[in-house]
Amino acid sequence: MSMLGLYVPGDSAVYRIPVGAKLLGLFGAVTAVIVVGHPWTAAAAALGCALLYPLCGLPPRYAWRTLRPVLPFLALIALFQAFTGDWQVALRVCAQLAVAVLLSGLVTLTTRVSEMLALFERLARPLRFVGVRPERVALVLALTVRAIPMVASAWRASREAYLARGLRGRPHLMVVPVIVGLVRSAEAMGEAMTARGVD
Amino acid sequence: MLQLENVTHAYDGRTVLHDVSADLTERRIGVIGANGSGKSTLARMLNGLLVPDSGRVLLDGRDTRRYAKEIRRRVGFVFADPGTQIIMPTVGEDVEIGLRGSGLSRIEIEERVERILRRHGLDGHRDHPAHLLSGGQKQMLALASVLVTEPEILVCDEPTTLLDLRNVTMIQRTLRTLPQQIVLLTHHLDTLGDFDRVLVMDEGRIVFDGVPDVAVAHYTQLMRRRLDDPPREEPPEPVGGEPAP
Ligand SMILES: Nc1ncnc2c1ncn2[C@@H]1O[C@H](COP(=O)(O)OP(=O)(O)OP(=O)(O)O)[C@@H](O)[C@H]1O
Ligand SMILES: [Mg+2]
Repeated sequence: MSMLGLYVPGDSAVYRIPVGAKLLGLFGAVTAVIVVGHPWTAAAAALGCALLYPLCGLPPRYAWRTLRPVLPFLALIALFQAFTGDWQVALRVCAQLAVAVLLSGLVTLTTRVSEMLALFERLARPLRFVGVRPERVALVLALTVRAIPMVASAWRASREAYLARGLRGRPHLMVVPVIVGLVRSAEAMGEAMTARGVD
Repeated sequence: MLQLENVTHAYDGRTVLHDVSADLTERRIGVIGANGSGKSTLARMLNGLLVPDSGRVLLDGRDTRRYAKEIRRRVGFVFADPGTQIIMPTVGEDVEIGLRGSGLSRIEIEERVERILRRHGLDGHRDHPAHLLSGGQKQMLALASVLVTEPEILVCDEPTTLLDLRNVTMIQRTLRTLPQQIVLLTHHLDTLGDFDRVLVMDEGRIVFDGVPDVAVAHYTQLMRRRLDDPPREEPPEPVGGEPAP
């Protein structure tokens, strides 16, 4: 289970590109595909992006995994555009979205969270003059990423307890235990951070 | 040296530590006692996570009230639940973050992280998502992340409570080989065999202080007495209308 499509260790060339350059490239490519606005070009670009995965040393299934969550949206858009009669627009919009999703997926899969954070820390540096602490910003972002599996496990624990007690069909009953669980974890984590001097 | 001087502490008006004093000079000190006897409260005092309502906690004569930051750097703390001690998404990043602002160079940081991961059986897991480790590995990571900053003293609050037997043994072995002074709170009494000193806590007081076997015997006896003769504070509420004949 690779949650969030987070970093997959590897050693191909993309891994050595600095994160700032990767993000700029991502931004440039997506802008270009939108500005050009040509359906077949966009489709070719999407295909090209999917092919980038194996070229960067990632198994092709990662491309599929990245794209899968947005497929329902793509289908909806395609359906809607098809009804309004313009299949070319449908193709263009879907292909453009696919490019954006596949490329940003590629960036996150090949970049350590800590590199991303270091970049944010640098970018936030000018904000120091208005009282923002860049290393704080980076830490908060890291904690946000870290919180996702925590929420997932709090949810799983509450759900299991709920089912184990033979309760069915009133999922709103789980809201309170999930929140209580999260608050408790957050408190414990805050304490551990203080103890480790990370605050 | 860590010293507790007449430490008293209350939560919401309920006193949970009563005038506790001790000089913690031995290299390996165990703390045992029933649930709620005040062990964790005491442990949190040792690195200034908590300051006493009255009395003082000192490290080499420095009060945790004034020198909390320095003392926290010198006294590492490991908690029971490894899940909440891990801050960063991957194993390597979590170890690294403690070294942020340490003034070490990039290369020195890399070396230290590598070394500590290897020593704790986590080499090869550097880029692994931390939340996917097993419970034992998570606790090893928590330990590694604390030890990477090289504290002089390590306080562990039930580091093995949530682990299976294999992982308990693994953590115990690791703790045994550390050069640091250790204060270990535990319900795994067999861990303490070769400790230098064991404190037994009960209802917010240190009720015994001595060598491990005698301390464990004292504690076991105390608990047995408690079971045979439970404290009777309030009589049970009568159920229903009719009083028992
Ligand atoms: N944050 C808190 N707020 C209020 N009461 C607390 C808090 N932490 C602990 N207590 C209470 O203080 C008493 C001592 O708790 P403490 O956690 O120190 O015990 P312990 O010996 O570590 O127990 P255990 O073996 O269960 O970990 C308990 O009665 C507990 O309910
Ligand atoms: Mg405790």
